Amino acid sequence: MDGPDTSRRFRAARESEWRQLEHILTQAESRSVRALSDEDLLALPILYRGALSSLSVARETSLDLELVTYLEGLCARAYFFVYGVRTSAGSRIGEFFARDWPGAVRGLWRETLVSLLITAIGVTAGYLLVSADTAWYASFVPDGLAGGRDFSATTESLRETLYGGRDQPLALFATVLFMNNSQVCMLSFALGFAFGVPTMMLLIHNGAMLGAFMALFISRGLGMEMGGWLIIHGSTEFFAIVLSGAAGFRIGWSVVFPGEQTRLAAATAAGRSAGIAMAGVVIMMIVAGLLEGLGRQMITSDAARYAIGLGMLLFWCAYFYLPRRTA
Amino acid sequence: MVGVPRHRIVEEAAKRRSLVTPEGVDLSLRLADVGQRVTAFAADLLLMVAALFLISLLAAAGATAIGMAGAQAVAIVWLLCAFLLRNFYFIIMEMGPRAATYGKRMAGLRVVARSGERLTADRVIARNMMREIEFYLPMSFLSLDVSQGTADALTALTGLGWTGIFLLFPLFNKDRMRVGDLLAGTWVVSAPRRKLSVELSPEAWEGAPEYRFTNAQLDVYGVFELQTLEQVLRDERVEAIATVAATIRGKIGHAHQIGDHDRAFLTAYYDAARARMERGLLFGKRRADKYDKPA
Repeated sequence: MDGPDTSRRFRAARESEWRQLEHILTQAESRSVRALSDEDLLALPILYRGALSSLSVARETSLDLELVTYLEGLCARAYFFVYGVRTSAGSRIGEFFARDWPGAVRGLWRETLVSLLITAIGVTAGYLLVSADTAWYASFVPDGLAGGRDFSATTESLRETLYGGRDQPLALFATVLFMNNSQVCMLSFALGFAFGVPTMMLLIHNGAMLGAFMALFISRGLGMEMGGWLIIHGSTEFFAIVLSGAAGFRIGWSVVFPGEQTRLAAATAAGRSAGIAMAGVVIMMIVAGLLEGLGRQMITSDAARYAIGLGMLLFWCAYFYLPRRTA
Repeated sequence: MVGVPRHRIVEEAAKRRSLVTPEGVDLSLRLADVGQRVTAFAADLLLMVAALFLISLLAAAGATAIGMAGAQAVAIVWLLCAFLLRNFYFIIMEMGPRAATYGKRMAGLRVVARSGERLTADRVIARNMMREIEFYLPMSFLSLDVSQGTADALTALTGLGWTGIFLLFPLFNKDRMRVGDLLAGTWVVSAPRRKLSVELSPEAWEGAPEYRFTNAQLDVYGVFELQTLEQVLRDERVEAIATVAATIRGKIGHAHQIGDHDRAFLTAYYDAARARMERGLLFGKRRADKYDKPA
């Protein structure tokens, strides 16, 4: 009996190439493509095709399970590496800002209008209810967020919170608020999967909270000042929340009404375009956080606050909705 | 009787998903099973908690160093770190070249686009933001339950039941997809980094006879049994080798010889059977397991 000679010879002849490929992949994965030398880069596709052909041969002629499993793993790793990176990170990011993000947001225009409308209903309801009966305030604004700003506070202390100096706990409060809002954004996007109903509730609740705040400050004649305090970052932040609600609705809608596609395909398509929009929403939340944390601390003039806030709103609208040449 | 190994082969095939490369080779990726997914996620959670603990220690040290005046800055840094960790650890790790968090790497997993395309950032973001309803929301209902009264407990229980659907979603589809996977068009496959170990070859043993087998003896088993034998030999567990050697001897009617040695016998049988079956493969004959028609 002479043993499985053919498959042993096959393995002995190719093994060094597989090991070389494995070595290159390990290097590239642990550091980056830049860590590879020119020779390695040139060798990679050749070694990859060699490994693929080895896999095909091994599957048909070898019964060595270990060998076949090893080659499958190696080929999969090489495949994801060879076909994984088509463009450089720089041009991908450029593409995202130039086309993908505004395109995704434009594609959500219907949902955005619905989301905006629902938020507006929430604001109106919150404002009217709290104006009629201040007891509603506590049910809209949780204690942690109010931070002493409720109907028992004096007008003077309320004014103080709007123009608070740098060393007050306002900076901490701003951070908490930013994180809270980002979490609301992500939650309203994710909840879209539950047919969009919880997203709607979340948007109404968020709007009602704003309405309640407005009712409090307007009742003390601080409406104008409060508007400036809010709009400097709020135009960006509420836009982001409305967009994330819209992204949630898109997913919910496609799950309930998939149209011609299968439900799974429709959900996947919606998830991806909504995912692009959400990547943008995260960026908007960071911008809003910066405006809130830094801008609002340093700029205490109402006019400047309004100018920045409305300017940002104009900028976002122009960026998303202005028609542009298609590539 | 017939159903047992067949069942195993079918089960293994059900875990495979075909991915044909542009070169025309099917990589047949193996889906990660639920156990691996849970292990990976638990490891990631532990890692995040440990990182948060470390950040807290640093923050505490920082606060005592700066004094109460700087406490607010420290608190802000701490909050931001916690926020970034919770929301971006998964996203950033999965956008890297290995498409896996540390937990997934440990369990030998990676995220792959279902279509076999490149894994893009929007897919990674979509699949990880869904964690909000899959994990954090059920957890928030759980913590609500502990701290409030009975009326709220009922709300929490209802909420938990509702969000439990999202949490347990991977158990109810054959592709083991989370809600996030479903929406992002991804799935998680098992792609461990393997080292190629030495090939099994007949091992001589001092005093052991030279084993010879007839074709009838070699034809008793099929590929499945051969590869199981390979695993037994590679695992090198003495009791398993003794049991398997006894079974095979009985099955093929191999008489006990003077100086018989289990491992030497098994490697010799493996070698001879593999040679015979591989020769069969060259002629297009493949016998899946011992219940299959003899080649």
